Amino acid sequence: MPGDTIITVDNVSKRYLLGHQADDDTLRDRMARGIRSAMEWMRPGTRGARRTVEEFWALKNVSFELQRGQVLGIMGRNGAGKSTLLKILSRITEPTTGRIQMRGRVASLLEVGTGFHPELTGRENVYLNGVILGMSRAEIARKFDEIVAFSEIERFLDTPVKHYSSGMYVRLAFAIAAHLEPEILIVDEVLAVGDAQFQKKCLNKVSEVTRSDGRTVLFVSHNSAALQSICNAGLWLSQGQVAGQGPINECLAAYLHTGSHRADFPAPAVDRPHITSVRVDPGVLAEGRIEVEVGFASPFPLSPPVVGVIVSSKLGYPIAGSNGRMAGKAWQPQPTRAGVVTAHLDHVPLHSDTYHISVYLGDASMDYDQKLDAVEFDYVSPRFHPQMPPLHVIGQGDFGWRWSLRAD
Amino acid sequence: MSGPTQSPAASAPQDLLIIEAGRASAHYWSDLWRYRDLFRFLTLRDIKVRYKQTVLGVGWALIQPVVTTIIFTFVFGKLAGMSAGGVPYPLLVLAGLLPWQLFSAALSGSSASLISNANLISKVYFPRLIIPFSALGVATIDFLVVLALYICASLWLGRIPSWHWALLPLFILVALTLAFGAGAWFTALTVKYRDFKYIVPFLVQVGVFVSPIGFSTGVVPRWRSLLDLNPMTGVIDAFRWCLLSDGQPFDLQGISLSIAISALLTYSGVWYFRRMERTFADVI
Repeated sequence: MPGDTIITVDNVSKRYLLGHQADDDTLRDRMARGIRSAMEWMRPGTRGARRTVEEFWALKNVSFELQRGQVLGIMGRNGAGKSTLLKILSRITEPTTGRIQMRGRVASLLEVGTGFHPELTGRENVYLNGVILGMSRAEIARKFDEIVAFSEIERFLDTPVKHYSSGMYVRLAFAIAAHLEPEILIVDEVLAVGDAQFQKKCLNKVSEVTRSDGRTVLFVSHNSAALQSICNAGLWLSQGQVAGQGPINECLAAYLHTGSHRADFPAPAVDRPHITSVRVDPGVLAEGRIEVEVGFASPFPLSPPVVGVIVSSKLGYPIAGSNGRMAGKAWQPQPTRAGVVTAHLDHVPLHSDTYHISVYLGDASMDYDQKLDAVEFDYVSPRFHPQMPPLHVIGQGDFGWRWSLRAD
Repeated sequence: MSGPTQSPAASAPQDLLIIEAGRASAHYWSDLWRYRDLFRFLTLRDIKVRYKQTVLGVGWALIQPVVTTIIFTFVFGKLAGMSAGGVPYPLLVLAGLLPWQLFSAALSGSSASLISNANLISKVYFPRLIIPFSALGVATIDFLVVLALYICASLWLGRIPSWHWALLPLFILVALTLAFGAGAWFTALTVKYRDFKYIVPFLVQVGVFVSPIGFSTGVVPRWRSLLDLNPMTGVIDAFRWCLLSDGQPFDLQGISLSIAISALLTYSGVWYFRRMERTFADVI
């Protein structure tokens, strides 16, 4: 249904007063301030010296529209305003200015298992959590068996959830959430917990209902692979403002492009060869290649300047590393005191994920400096497939397998 | 609310939701009704959790009033030698303790309710008034347990309930309304000023001494007007009139004052709560 606008967000801003909250926390502070200002008022010299309250705009003039059936991925660095936006859309807090119009029943999932009570049984918590998420009692009763089957914890249904393992807890909570049937679903980074297998089951369930019933979903994640797999539209927030929006792949690429994939390091107290900066070129990354630029400085010429680079997974496993020495005769630069060595990788054999880069600096015989996990980058592979097994199963390496068949 | 199974196309205008600064009030009261299942389950949760992992369970609801009744009977009936007007002294005390405990438990519960449900407030939307309201449930259950005890004790002492009992639900309602009105104020204030976390237990403690729990108002005519400043005085007198049927005249003035104060407190409490409600998630 093209042109069927479900959500219209018009110039929404949210302001927090920082000084205000900290100072007014107890009545005593407030009375103390009252007395202070009364005294200031009596002493003409200090009169008018107003306490300054720091303003912080968590969101500033955010506008966008969503059509029925769209799945919007919201991306941005920490503190960009993603969670504030979701809280406003969920009516947990209200905007300072602006207007939002939504058509349909809204359910939001900002946390897994909101309101679960440890002393209550699994069965009791299904009902409690269900009504908290906005289901009616009759609706939960109707879906109860389905929820329990989905959670795979039938045997423990009448056990208090405080005796559950964290995995069981998350399963039950997810199972309830997966059976919400609102027209608009708002989901925060909740998929970051739980085991990958079950996460996938939930993602499938969500995209299944989205596709069949034209449900509209807003989804926040730091995981670019997850965004890529379930969203079709993207919204990129930066410092509370919309920095980009459009189809998910374009938006994601633009977001990753301008990321601060750069780290600068101060000179050490004792002058010795050291790394001054590490940068991963986001533009090159968006083209599917990697360039790691390592700046260095040394009190004496390094002959030759040798840089080592190790790409590791976000869990810290090294995946691909190399250094200038290993290049042998192919790369023999002249001795240099300061400059930038760039490591190029023209074909990136990786799946979409977040990666870390560690760098080393040395010369022909020894290492002088190292920066572990100096920069982090998100890589979006052009070869993405929705039915891909999770990365902890198949690994981060994407070596470009070919297939052939010999039928007998 | 439209049913969950309806087709999306049919959901059109009545589900239109507009979010704007200061706009939250548009569907507030209908939302309150819409979320009645939540109210029910929050109440059930509090009741179920209350005596979990205790050996005596609901027996705890009885121990406190029984011990208090024994002590007050000894202090006021024996030591001070106050008159109960022909009623067994323990019954007089228990009849006064009943409304007081209902009120103080409901007040404490609702005053602490927002803070103890902070995780819900920062994660989901629903009309927040449900929270202090559902906190009244636990107090009511405990009250009914003690009421059953009272009935047993009364019958055992050979006192048959009179028609006065028919008015008891009304006075229960007055006690709960008083607690809810004050609780709405305190819980909204506690979100911002944690001082009220200490003020409420203190008030409840003082209340025991400035309410006619251990003695009948008939024995202190000189202090009567001062006692009447406490809205619970009228409620306690009304409870005794219902439960004891001891021939004392019905104190219409006292209970009218209590009803007026409870209406005022509830009206202003809900007003203040609604005013502060929008910022709860930001400051809690």
